[in-house]
Amino acid sequence: MADKNGPDGTGETGRGSKHEADVRDEDLERRRRELGASLATRRPDRLEGNDGAKATAGYGQALKLSSEFIAGIVVGVGIGWFLDRVAGTSPWGLVVGLLLGFGAGVLNVLRSAGVVAEFGKSEKSRDPKE
Amino acid sequence: MAADKVDPIHQFHIVKLIPINIGGYDLSFTNSALFMVATVAIASAFLYLSTSSRSLIPGRLQSVSEMAYEFVANMLRDAAGTQGMKFFPFVFSLFMFVLVANLLGLFPYFFTITSHIIVTFGLAALVIGTVIVYGFMKHGLGFLKLFVPKGVPILMMVLVVPIEVISFVSRPVSLSVRLFANMLAGHITLKVFSGFVVSLSALGALGVAGSVLPLAMAVALTALELLVALLQAYVFAVLTCMYLNDALHPSH
Repeated sequence: MADKNGPDGTGETGRGSKHEADVRDEDLERRRRELGASLATRRPDRLEGNDGAKATAGYGQALKLSSEFIAGIVVGVGIGWFLDRVAGTSPWGLVVGLLLGFGAGVLNVLRSAGVVAEFGKSEKSRDPKE
Repeated sequence: MAADKVDPIHQFHIVKLIPINIGGYDLSFTNSALFMVATVAIASAFLYLSTSSRSLIPGRLQSVSEMAYEFVANMLRDAAGTQGMKFFPFVFSLFMFVLVANLLGLFPYFFTITSHIIVTFGLAALVIGTVIVYGFMKHGLGFLKLFVPKGVPILMMVLVVPIEVISFVSRPVSLSVRLFANMLAGHITLKVFSGFVVSLSALGALGVAGSVLPLAMAVALTALELLVALLQAYVFAVLTCMYLNDALHPSH
């Protein structure tokens, strides 16, 4: 990668230019640090830009929340129905599954809206990451 | 033929291209399979060819691949930490597959594989399977702590744990439904508005003049669909990262 355009290749041609190469390395190092610093100041903007693109799609948000809710109910009912079929406890599995599924659906929605902590985490451990 | 043209569902029909039948199972090579192969081929070819020059100062195409790489790498690092980087090939492949599949589907007469729920569910099941297998491999039964929120009274556990389990199982469902519903709804809307153009312009001069409106709508929708295609690939990848984070750190 570096042997094509890299500046290091010129430094190894002879001893005479060694000192010069050091100076150039230092210069390069300094410029690299400056670039890193200026990139670091720009980066948060870029990340916010991504979030902005996400937030503008209110339609996407609506679809996301509704799919979370429906998925919870569907899975709850599915598990209840399956238990009924296996254990022959109809209709209690379906009833309990539907109620639990409703609870899970509400939990999913709150979680994806950022109101409730993620899986297995307390609010405190989550905050520094945000 | 005219009825065929305005049928907005017609684009989702699966057509067998090469019928294959092995042991009673229908393993035919369909148009869906063809576009999956095309998606993989295009994504791999693009990444391979655009990075083959490996110049220090990237050209346009190399820039695009490097941006995609850094985008996914940052996303994964933010969501799952540096430990999560071992899943980078997995997440990057998923992201590129969904992205290229969505974008390919925007071409007229092309088949959109992500508009079939079985495809998206297959991808989501792969994600959640990885999470479960890796979680149990790394943490053993400690992975089950995922379902036990902290600071909940023992009595409430009877209710809370099943809800958490259902909530966990519903994740691949919502992940797949979201991608599938977005692509399906978008393509149907697009087709319906394009269908208006055809049926209106058959009504004579007034119809032709009126068909400008749905035509403009179809153009605007195509732009929206482009946004949705990118956004859904992003959402799929970012949620994958979040789920993988659960496998890496089930409890804090």
